[in-house]
Amino acid sequence: MALLEIDNLKTWFHTRNGVVKAVDDISFTVEKGEILGIVGESGSGKSVTVHTLMGLVPQPPGRIEGGTATFDETDLLGASPEAQRALRGKRIAMIFQDPMTSLNPYLRISEQLIEPLLIHGLADRGTALNKAVAMLEKVGIRDAAERVHSYPHEFSGGMRQRVMIAMALITDPEVLIADEPTTALDVTVQAQILRLLKELQADLGVSVIFITHDLGVIAELADRVVVMYRGHIVEQGDVLSIFDQPQHPYTKGLLACRPRLESKFKVLPTVSDYLDETEVDGQVELSEKPDAAAHIESLQQVADPEIDENDLLLEVSGLQVHFPERAGFFSAPKGVVKAVDGISFTVPRGSTLGLVGESGCGKTTTGRAILNLVAPTEGSVQFDGREIAGFDAAAMLPLRKRMQIIFQDPYSSLNPRLTIEQALTEPMAVHGIGQHHAERRDRAAALLDEVGLDARFLRRYPHEFSGGQRQRICVARALSLEPEFIVCDEAVSAMDVSVQAQVLNLLKELQLRRNLTYIFISHDLSVVKFMADTMAVMEGGRIIEQGRAEEIYANPTEAYTRGLIDAIPRDSVSFIRERVE
Amino acid sequence: MITAEVNVQHTEGASLWSDAWRRLAQNRMAVFATFIFAVILLLCLMGPTLFGQHSSEANDLSKAFNKPSTTHWFGTDDLGRDVFVRTLEGGRISLAVGFLATAVSLVIGVVYGSIAGYAGGRIDSFMMRIVDILYSLPFTIFVILLMVMFGRNFILLFVAIGFVEWLTMARIVRAQIMALKETEFVEAARALGYGDIRIIFGHLFPNILGPVIIYASLTVPAVMLLEAVLSFLGLGVQPPMSSWGLLIKDGAEKIDVYPWLLIFPALFFSATLFSLNFIGDGLRDALDPKSSKD
Repeated sequence: MALLEIDNLKTWFHTRNGVVKAVDDISFTVEKGEILGIVGESGSGKSVTVHTLMGLVPQPPGRIEGGTATFDETDLLGASPEAQRALRGKRIAMIFQDPMTSLNPYLRISEQLIEPLLIHGLADRGTALNKAVAMLEKVGIRDAAERVHSYPHEFSGGMRQRVMIAMALITDPEVLIADEPTTALDVTVQAQILRLLKELQADLGVSVIFITHDLGVIAELADRVVVMYRGHIVEQGDVLSIFDQPQHPYTKGLLACRPRLESKFKVLPTVSDYLDETEVDGQVELSEKPDAAAHIESLQQVADPEIDENDLLLEVSGLQVHFPERAGFFSAPKGVVKAVDGISFTVPRGSTLGLVGESGCGKTTTGRAILNLVAPTEGSVQFDGREIAGFDAAAMLPLRKRMQIIFQDPYSSLNPRLTIEQALTEPMAVHGIGQHHAERRDRAAALLDEVGLDARFLRRYPHEFSGGQRQRICVARALSLEPEFIVCDEAVSAMDVSVQAQVLNLLKELQLRRNLTYIFISHDLSVVKFMADTMAVMEGGRIIEQGRAEEIYANPTEAYTRGLIDAIPRDSVSFIRERVE
Repeated sequence: MITAEVNVQHTEGASLWSDAWRRLAQNRMAVFATFIFAVILLLCLMGPTLFGQHSSEANDLSKAFNKPSTTHWFGTDDLGRDVFVRTLEGGRISLAVGFLATAVSLVIGVVYGSIAGYAGGRIDSFMMRIVDILYSLPFTIFVILLMVMFGRNFILLFVAIGFVEWLTMARIVRAQIMALKETEFVEAARALGYGDIRIIFGHLFPNILGPVIIYASLTVPAVMLLEAVLSFLGLGVQPPMSSWGLLIKDGAEKIDVYPWLLIFPALFFSATLFSLNFIGDGLRDALDPKSSKD
């Protein structure tokens, strides 16, 4: 008998627009002491599945339409609310995606850590506190005895996720559910957290359900894998067979769409290269595209564009951005934060420069400073042979047409109160592109078409779109001014790998068609390597290494760069085989 | 690429306001409230002229404290004046004070708060310290001071009340703008070369309409009550003019014997407040595209 057994579980949502079958008839088991990976994209039902187990599905609109979930011979779904509460947080614990918001900022870490112990009556205050300190040490927080009394804001994102893990494990649960616990983190921090989870699992013998959109993470961690798509389980099995011999076309697509450091793809394969969805009597049938293999083959044959390395569009030299630290209204500045501390690089026309580094290394500020969105403290920025550093808004205005930016979070980078039509036509109106509104609207429709969206979407508002669609709209908005140069600031970091592949392909395709020049900023070296011709690695406001992307990857000279490369989840079959055995 | 044209025929007038209007029209509660409010407004504006035979000037002590009847629908008061006409006349003052003072506070508060919040830094600190100083002035003393300086004046009442109410509005708007200006769509707007005025009023302002409308719809009744307090102190409206606040105060004193003196003005007052609340809620929902039902 497995520790946790889910049979024919159905969780549906009854909304105004009809029934959404978020989880539709799924069955799987979790054995004692194993790590089960549930993988799927947003909307696949993976989160709803575990939320159902934890009783976190809002009812209504949600309703459990059928099925059972048996945990150690207790029916999780049918048990009384008291019995469920007694299990939750004590024998089944959960950690969430965003460590920044899942800790209460007003309570000390110590209070939050001992709360589960006190609630379940497992210890008195003194013992609970001792246990909290021991647990913090276990998750790798140094000086735990002192730091236990800190507030959450005194910890970095990775540290907070460690605290969350400590909080979940403090009651010695038998099952730990981790819902995308590393998605909001840098790759380097992700690698640390994954290592920690693996160690803790081996140490404590707890079963882990690990939910992610990224098969690479699964490869590092899981014993068995459940692949979910559209509320169904399309495939499940042990990790080696899923990676070595995926059966379902969706799994194949998911495996292929991840940019790999060693692969030669110029265009990334996407799930839709493998998967055919046909609707039969209102039911969606999934099947494999017959010519998938040949098509993938052809993707590797795409040739690189010719780049004239002497035709420089952007030349940055000695760029510095310092922010004063101020204590109060009347006090003099305390000191300066050197966000960018004297960096130089060049970008030839039609090429892509990748800026890579961890959070806080100054890569984002660099992008902003080039566009004069923050004022550079010193240094020169030459755009198409003209010095533009320190231009004010009026002087920048004609240049805005030529230089654009795309941001990380497609949810906050579109004004929720404007229709897509307004968002796309307003820049044209400001810059006097197009004679009248009708002409601008036609251009907006053409832009949507170019980024792969239906022109009928013009009337809609941003909240009606998915993250990937919104990012396409952001790309269309940046293109509305016909720029030559675009800064992509972590433009795909918030996306599922399957959506990420589509957006990366779109950006590459647009670059070829419009001869665009990019600065591509990311914390993920594998994405940068796919996109960029040249690469600059940043640490502490300085560039510590730069050159051709492939060369840096092949021969990193700095330990920091090495660390970035090592942090990328390894998902080769040989690696998994070695790990499993 | 221009083939996309075919698909975009119905985009005429697709803007926040036209969409909001459509959504508001679908909100039955808001439509009903608007209707009730329109009736009250029309009655107050036209009523005293239409029912002029019962002028509030026409004191007739022989008819004092008549019960509601077919000639005097709402009865008469201590001086024999028709309560129906008195209520409508009072409504004019109350609504005028309520709306003008709210409008004053809305305009000053939104502009001031937006600028402070968007500018940030020292400008913001300076502007908000001024607000703090004004907050600390005792309101009644402030009004008495104005009365002494400029003489008793009806218009002054609007100004005085509006002058106090905008402070809170400015703080609300500033806080909202400060949170919003960090979002990436504002940075995108700057990268697209939009000017500050366009960003504040074209992009930030529509996003703070929700709390602004809610606060404004709470300000209207607050102002009406404030007017009643001022009038009670002899600083506001003086007889023979009246307002709902005054009528309710007078009626409350005689509720045991002559309940109609309280009931009818209070009914109008609360019907107005209720409908304003529903209209406010409806507007807030209508201006939020996410609440769309289609």
